[in-house]
Amino acid sequence: MKIERGRYLTQNIAKILIWMAALSTMAVMALIVFQVLWEGLPVLSLSFFLDSPRSMGREGGIFSTIIGTFALTIVAILFATPLGVGTAIFLWEYTREGRISRTIRFGIGCLAGVPSIIFGLFGFVFFVIYLNMGWSILSGGLTMAALILPTIISATEEALKAIPYSFREVSYSLGGTKWQTVTRAVIPSALPGIFTGIILGICRSIEETAVVILTAGSSLLIPTSLFSPVRTMSVHFYILAREGISMEMAYGTGAALILLVLVVNIVANFLLHRYARKKT
Amino acid sequence: MEIKEIKERFIEKILLLIAFSSITILALITFFIFGEGLPLIWKIGPKAFLLGERWVPSQGEFGILPMIVGSFWVTFGSLLLGIPLGLACAIFLCEWTPPWAGMILRSAIQVLAGIPSVVYGFWGLVVLVPLIRNFLGGPGLSILSGSLILSIMILPTIISISEDSLKALPPNYKAGAFALGATHWQTIWRVLIPAARSGIVASIILGMGRALGETMAMIMILGNAVKMPSSILDSARTLTTNIGIEMGYASGDHRQALFAAGVILFLIIMLLNSLAIVLSRRRAG
Repeated sequence: MKIERGRYLTQNIAKILIWMAALSTMAVMALIVFQVLWEGLPVLSLSFFLDSPRSMGREGGIFSTIIGTFALTIVAILFATPLGVGTAIFLWEYTREGRISRTIRFGIGCLAGVPSIIFGLFGFVFFVIYLNMGWSILSGGLTMAALILPTIISATEEALKAIPYSFREVSYSLGGTKWQTVTRAVIPSALPGIFTGIILGICRSIEETAVVILTAGSSLLIPTSLFSPVRTMSVHFYILAREGISMEMAYGTGAALILLVLVVNIVANFLLHRYARKKT
Repeated sequence: MEIKEIKERFIEKILLLIAFSSITILALITFFIFGEGLPLIWKIGPKAFLLGERWVPSQGEFGILPMIVGSFWVTFGSLLLGIPLGLACAIFLCEWTPPWAGMILRSAIQVLAGIPSVVYGFWGLVVLVPLIRNFLGGPGLSILSGSLILSIMILPTIISISEDSLKALPPNYKAGAFALGATHWQTIWRVLIPAARSGIVASIILGMGRALGETMAMIMILGNAVKMPSSILDSARTLTTNIGIEMGYASGDHRQALFAAGVILFLIIMLLNSLAIVLSRRRAG
C-alpha cells in the first residue's frame, strides 16, 4: 500500500509541475504581447502609418518602412515560391526515395538550420558586392528568398504527402501525362498547404532583422526601384530601441509589428477555412 | 506524341535543376563565406584565432575565445531552462491535456513563434534587464538575461518537434505499460519518453542551433563587452553578436576576421544540423 501511495504521489507532483510549465509558457507569451501592445497601441494613429519618419525616426511615422517591408517580402516570395514548390514536386512526384532525394533532403535540412546572420554575411558578399547589386531591395529579397526556401519546401511536401494516390491514378487512367497530372490534379489539391508555406515565409520575412541590415541597408527614404536601399519595420524598431532614439516610437513600431504578424496569421487561417469549405 | 514526350522530359530536367537549388545555395554560402574568412585564419594561425583572448581589430588582434565562451554560456543557460520547460509543454500537449487547455497552449506557442526576435530583445531590455539589475546586481545586461530570453525563443522549436515524436509512437506502447499496472506518469517517464528519445534529442539540438544563431535580440540584452565573462551577471559577446555589431563599419582584415568567425559558427551549426538530421532519420526508420 505504501508503494502504491508513493506512485500516485509522484504522479501528482509531476502533474502539478507540468501544469506549471504550461501555464508559465502561456503567461510569458501574454506578458510580452500585452506589455508591447499596452505601451504601443496609444502611439498608433493613421498619421503614424502614413507619415514617413522624420529626424531619424524621432518624429513622423513609419510609412517608408512599411513600404520597405512589403517590397522585400514580395521579392522574397516571388523567388522562393517557384523554387520551393518545384523542389517539393520533384521530390514527391518525380523521384523515388534514393540517393538523389536523400542528398537534396539533407541540403534542405542543413539550409533550414543556417542562422540568419550567416545568410546576411552571404548576401552581403554575394549579392551586394560580388554581383554588384548594392544594398537594395533586390539583394535583400534574394537573400531572404534563400532563407525562407526550406519553409516553403517542407509545407508543400506536407501537402503533397496528404494527397491520396488515387487522385494521380485517375488522371493517369484518363491518359494524362505526368506534368498534366501534377498541374491539374496534384497542385490544386495541394494549394492550401502551399499557401500555408507562403504565409510562414511572409511572417519570417517581416520579422527578420540581421539579413536586412546586412543586405538591404537601412535607408529611411521611400524606395524608387528594385535597386533602392530600404529599411524594414523590424530594422526600424531595432535601430529606434538600440540607439535610444525614441522609446515611444519604438513601442509604436513594435506594436505595429506584432499586429501585422497576427493579422497575417488570422487572415491566412480564415482563407484556409473558406477554401476547405468550398471544396467539400 | 513526339513533342509531348520531349516536353515531359524537358520539364523533368527543369524540376531536377530546381530541386538542387537548396544544395546550390548551401554550396554558394560555404564557398563565399569560407573564401572571405579562411585567408585570415591562415594569416594569423588557427590557434591564435580560436584561442586568442584579445579582440582588438584596430591593433590587428583577432582572438575569438571570449565570443566562443560567451556563445557557449548563453546557449547552455537557455537549454537549462528551455529543455525542461519545452519537454513539459510537449507532454502537456499530447498526454494530459483537457482539450481547451491544449488549444490555449497551442495558440500561445504559435504566437511565441511569430513574435519577431527584436521584440524579444526589446522586452528583455525594458523588463528583464532592470529586474536583474535591481535584484541581483551587475549591469543587468548579462548572460543571465540573454539566457532567459533565448530559452523562451527556443521553446516553440523544442515543443513542436518533441510533441511530433511523442505523437508518432505506436499506441500499443502506452496500452502495454497500462496493462502492466503502470501509472500514467510512469508510462510517460519510463516508456514514452525513452521511446521518443531520438526525436526529443533532435528537437534539443535544433533548439541549440537556434540559440547559437540568434543575433539581434542578443545584441540588445547581452551588453556586448569583449572580455572573458566570469559570472552569469557579467556582460558578454557571442560569435553572432560580434558579427552583427561590427559588420556595419568593418573593412580589410577586420571584415575578414568577422567572416572567419562566421566560418566557425557555420561549422558548429552544420555539425549540429547533421546530427539532428541523422537522429530524426533513425526515428523514421
